[in-house]
Amino acid sequence: MTVHSFQEHFDAKIDSEVMIEPRDWMPDDYRKTLIRQISQHAHSEIVGMLPEGNWITRAPSLRRKAVLLAKVQDEGGHGLYLYSAAETLGITRDEMYDQLHTGKAKYSSIFNYPTITWADMGAIGWLVDGAAIMNQVPLCRTSYGPYARAMVRVCKEESFHQRQGFEIMMTLANGTDIQKKMAQDALNRWWWPSIMMFGPNDADSPHTAQSMRWRIKRFTNDELRQKFIDVTVEQAKLIGLTVPDPDLKWNQERGHYDFGPINWDEFWNVVKGNGPCNKERLEARKNAWENGAWVRDAAMAYSEKRKARKENKETKAA
Amino acid sequence: MNQFINKNLYGDYGDKEQATGASGTHNTANEWPLWEVFIRSKAGLDHKHAGSLHAADAKMAVENARDVYTRRMEGVSIWVVESKYVHASDPFEAASMYEPANDKVYRHPTFYNLPDELTHM
Repeated sequence: MTVHSFQEHFDAKIDSEVMIEPRDWMPDDYRKTLIRQISQHAHSEIVGMLPEGNWITRAPSLRRKAVLLAKVQDEGGHGLYLYSAAETLGITRDEMYDQLHTGKAKYSSIFNYPTITWADMGAIGWLVDGAAIMNQVPLCRTSYGPYARAMVRVCKEESFHQRQGFEIMMTLANGTDIQKKMAQDALNRWWWPSIMMFGPNDADSPHTAQSMRWRIKRFTNDELRQKFIDVTVEQAKLIGLTVPDPDLKWNQERGHYDFGPINWDEFWNVVKGNGPCNKERLEARKNAWENGAWVRDAAMAYSEKRKARKENKETKAA
Repeated sequence: MNQFINKNLYGDYGDKEQATGASGTHNTANEWPLWEVFIRSKAGLDHKHAGSLHAADAKMAVENARDVYTRRMEGVSIWVVESKYVHASDPFEAASMYEPANDKVYRHPTFYNLPDELTHM
């Protein structure tokens, strides 16, 4: 077989919706694109634990605390599924951590915003997890097997995340004036960053066309963004909160909501590292990694010592 | 020829040592070993591959597998095996590997033309 026929074989599989598995031949760029996307996704889950971890000790009731703890633990799990999927492409876990810690790999910009009130836990669950679900459901059918399988797991677990967030918002929105204000304030701060989570407009998204061809992506950024806005605006109405976009208007002809211009300068600024919490988030990850080094080393040393002792015993017995 | 194919054979469960990608060798010396996790979802069913994780030893691998893969009662039993001990068939040999089964339709019950009146068979 020549390179050409490998490529043809790969294209034929993609076209007939046959999944690509780790040991199958794949174009280098397909592999690179997947490593970039999956590791970025994994990093987002892990960094995403930080803004919410901030509130575990201050959750207003034992129920809320247990729920938040479970949600943050899920996110750790999601990061682990995804790191494993990326590892099947030939990158090591340590390399991925290194890329995160040196800033070479990105994670979702949304986690560079601070969580200053309890209502932010509601807004994150409702909006941020809601936007993530919009993105993730089509990824359950993505063309790379291990990624698709990881996403099936993630999506199964993610739905409780959004529901618990909406419940927090609903409770606050039905509460005292101050609580309602708090909910509205959280919506005001999280709405636009959530809308930006879908990434740049299709025209400015350099990877979209190729990723659609490879069936890594099934919908474009703008398609998913529109879908998210259409469903979320209705949800906001249900609890009497106002989406902070004066241009938001139902367009009968399109069958979609029209919405105002997105501040892409802010988006790129945060991506480039100048968001309110970029430094803090990276520092927290680096500290966790570096301060945990002795634990990793000790566990490995212990395992080796026990292995040696066992071998020793066996030789003596023989 | 052979060399070309080998170059592309990287990154699967059990073939970690080949997981070098296009960029050469990867250093995994500092990493905890990689383990494959298999879970029996309920008594009576097979253990099924769930995913992989890193752990220093088997005991830690089982405990981590519980935390990572069974947070919602997905399992009643866990197997872990260090990934380096898994050996896999070669996808490039799939055509010849599974060819013997291709022309043996008589192994399927539908191959046999029997009268409609025949029951309980």
